[in-house]
Amino acid sequence: MAETNRPLLEVRNLRVDFPTRRGTLVAVDDVSFEIREGEVLGVVGESGAGKSLTGSAIIGLLEPPGRIAGGEVHLAGRRIDHLPPEQLRRIRGKEIGMVFQDPLTSLNPLYKVGRQLVETLMTHTDLDEPAAREKAISLLAEVGIPSPEVRIDQYPHQFSGGMRQRVVIALALCVNPKLIIADEPTTALDVSIQAQIIGLLKRLCQEHGAAVMLITHDMGVIAETADRVAVMYAGRLAEIGEVREVIQKARHPYTHGLMGSIPMIGQEAEELKQIEGSMPRLTEIPNGCAFHPRCPQSQDRCRQDRPELRSQGTSQVACWLFDQADAGARSSTQPATPLEETG
Amino acid sequence: MFAFIVQRLLQAIVVMLSVAFVSFALFQFVGDPINNMVGQDATEEQRQMLRERLGLDQPWPLQFVSFVGNIARGEFGMSYRVGIPVGQLIADRLPATIELVLVSALLALAIGVPMGVYTGLNRNSWLSRLFLTVSLIGISLPTFVIGILLILIFGVWLQWLPTFGRAGVVDLGWWTTSFLTVDGWRSLIMPSITLALFQLTLIMRLVRAEMLEVLRTDYIKFARARGLKSRAVHFGHALKNTLVPVITITGLQIGSLLAFSIITETVFQWPGMGLLILQAIQFVDIPVMSSYLVLIAFLFVVINLVVDLLYFLVDPRLRIETSGGGAH
Amino acid sequence: MKAEEEVLEVDSGTLARTWDRIGRFLDSDIYYSFRQSPVTIFAFLVTLTLFLAAALAPWVAPHQTLDVKTLDLMNAFLPPAWEPDSDPQFLLGTDDQGRDIFSAIMFGLQISLGVGFASVVVSAVFGTLLGLLSGYVGGRLDSFIMRVADIQLTFPAILIALLIDGIVGSLLPKAAYNELKLYVLVLAIAASQWVNFARTVRGSTLVEKNKEYVQAARVIGVHPFWIMLRHVLPNVTGPVLVIATLSLALAILTEATLSFLGVGVPVTSPSLGTLIRIGQQYLFSGEWWMTIFPSLALVILVLAVNLLGDWLRDALNPKLR
Repeated sequence: MAETNRPLLEVRNLRVDFPTRRGTLVAVDDVSFEIREGEVLGVVGESGAGKSLTGSAIIGLLEPPGRIAGGEVHLAGRRIDHLPPEQLRRIRGKEIGMVFQDPLTSLNPLYKVGRQLVETLMTHTDLDEPAAREKAISLLAEVGIPSPEVRIDQYPHQFSGGMRQRVVIALALCVNPKLIIADEPTTALDVSIQAQIIGLLKRLCQEHGAAVMLITHDMGVIAETADRVAVMYAGRLAEIGEVREVIQKARHPYTHGLMGSIPMIGQEAEELKQIEGSMPRLTEIPNGCAFHPRCPQSQDRCRQDRPELRSQGTSQVACWLFDQADAGARSSTQPATPLEETG
Repeated sequence: MFAFIVQRLLQAIVVMLSVAFVSFALFQFVGDPINNMVGQDATEEQRQMLRERLGLDQPWPLQFVSFVGNIARGEFGMSYRVGIPVGQLIADRLPATIELVLVSALLALAIGVPMGVYTGLNRNSWLSRLFLTVSLIGISLPTFVIGILLILIFGVWLQWLPTFGRAGVVDLGWWTTSFLTVDGWRSLIMPSITLALFQLTLIMRLVRAEMLEVLRTDYIKFARARGLKSRAVHFGHALKNTLVPVITITGLQIGSLLAFSIITETVFQWPGMGLLILQAIQFVDIPVMSSYLVLIAFLFVVINLVVDLLYFLVDPRLRIETSGGGAH
Repeated sequence: MKAEEEVLEVDSGTLARTWDRIGRFLDSDIYYSFRQSPVTIFAFLVTLTLFLAAALAPWVAPHQTLDVKTLDLMNAFLPPAWEPDSDPQFLLGTDDQGRDIFSAIMFGLQISLGVGFASVVVSAVFGTLLGLLSGYVGGRLDSFIMRVADIQLTFPAILIALLIDGIVGSLLPKAAYNELKLYVLVLAIAASQWVNFARTVRGSTLVEKNKEYVQAARVIGVHPFWIMLRHVLPNVTGPVLVIATLSLALAILTEATLSFLGVGVPVTSPSLGTLIRIGQQYLFSGEWWMTIFPSLALVILVLAVNLLGDWLRDALNPKLR
């Protein structure tokens, strides 16, 4: 991991909301994290926890009426969340690539695979068409598609699901973006192919020097792939830290519950634990800590005050259980003044 | 693909045969054709002779076969009303209707599709809202009311355009056209606008709905995520995908134009097929009715076949069978 | 006294339920989106007014235009009341027979709405049953029904109605035809519209068919068809309602068009289309009110119903917006 002065991606107090008739729904609430160059950050949580929306917000593709209602996003020191659409478009694909969940629907069925690669290359680089085509073929080869010279002139429906996801990865990586946001990249695939695709994604990103924001609900994938992990619950960050630390010493009761739900080889034949209840809907997020109704260790305070992220060991946790233990670290994670603009 | 076309052709033949049967049945069960052809004072002998000459004494399956044979040769019989062979009657009237429908279809497409694309892309602009409101009024305006309003305003009050008939027609021998004279175009303006307006609004609304549908798909989101220019996303990826349903719609619309031309032709006394069939229905002129039925069915079948073939050009999923065997 | 109390008691029970229902309705998304859209409220009020005008025509219309004896040729060709040479008792003028246009429109609405409603009900019932049958039985019957639907969809409604009307007209003796004309018209329009209903219901039936309760029904000895009927119907109420509303607009238009062409309702019960056709003959001589006012009434009616249908579709299916 390259160490630089500033991280590649900084998300500060991001808030995404949806104005509706019953009031404004806050889908991502005061989320802050950073991704360093070349790093893989896993983002886990149940569906509806706001993981995908965070990804869409970073790349500027929130579907209306969803909108960024607060906070800042900085990419390589440049603030990007308030850029005009045309400038944001230049960043998409070129500096931030994206891989979506369902490869079957991510590719335009009426365009040949090659054309979709070539148009992406030609949009962001100075390559002419023959050169872009050459590059497209080598990209297909790189993602492990056999006889790419033939496949490049085929339509998406002639590829299998796993093959299509490889094409999607080639498309996301084709102009060497510094960051890839992979939104549940394997959920729609056969279990047997999932590991291959995750392995491919990880290897290619390493080779291309791209950092990855890997959004998933699969703790197993995170444990194998990510350097750090962020746990989201009801639109908020519950815990963020080094993967090993979070997995072995899960501090937030929710993370603890999540870990309890992964089967582990070599563990005592203990029952798999599950977290009682279910995540609240956005319309009825409780006061205080959003997790308190399901939390086995909730206190009075959890019902009234909302916990902030606090450093705890090498991780940061948003839980009142760790308030007394380490209150001093607060200022380092929550800067009082906004970041100056450098872009 | 071959199997598909064969299947469609077979289906077309079945449709044509059943329509032919309906019109044959009309002949069989509605009155006595002989009565309609000879005068009141013809003798029973004359009637019998005519019956034999026309083959009306044979069992009906045989008659049906010869009926289909006649149709295939373009022989539709004599009009009860005017006593002219129906084939000739139709040949005289067909160019007027075809030209009217053609101009209206082009108008409706050339204006309706861009408006639909615009309103689909700029959902909340005031112009889109205006288009949508106007289109809703357009859908609620019956064709004949549009015609009457146009006649009242431009014909009666302003006196700019002729209010009825097909003037300035040039006879090319095998075809009559209004495209070659100013008068011809002037008399074509109001009927074609009348006929186009309803279809135009329909096409606009359907293209808009289709566009909105496509813009929500994952591949459009992915195209955006790859940083493609909006123009490439909208007019390349999105528009091409809306094309498939638009082709269907257009095919159907040309069919409706043929039907609605009946109304337009009535309002403007346009001497086409529509006016012909309407008079035939009012006078129970069976030969004209049944030939119209067969002809219209034929046109529809042809339009549908063309639409099916266009699908193949646009959508590779139909053209190329899925291999999927590429393993992982 | 006692009986009255009992009635009151029953009433309070149903009243509570009704209140509950009204409460739920007022809280529903549908009602909310209704309240949010002034255009829809306006369309609803207009539709309601026109319905009432049609239903109450015999009592509130200023002139009984259907009764030929009340007509006076001395009153023919009078312009609307605000024009010179008019008679204030004929608000929108009179026609060639001295008929009050305003009253004629009210009675015309009655015919137009009556034929429209009747044909929508007929096509909805037939379409729903055919769709259910098609989805439930499947196999050859299904492909046959759907093929017919496919083919029919390519033929415009007006053409189908026109041809059915023409064919029936030529099959029946003249006198019988005139008597049955209204019913033939309803059937012809209905026949041109059943397809949309059938397709929607078939789709929903196919989904329900494989659910376990259908198997369960067989086990407890109930014919699955009846069970499905009861489960499919609630599922398709929304879409069928939308189709029915939009079909009503289309049916009214089709009837008006056929009447305008002179093959629709009998002249003895003139609908809006008939009025427009009669008036059109006098367009060139300057008596524009005879055709313009009925046209206006027709357009307003169809527009209002279309607006309601559009709104209903969007409200029941927010994704489509």
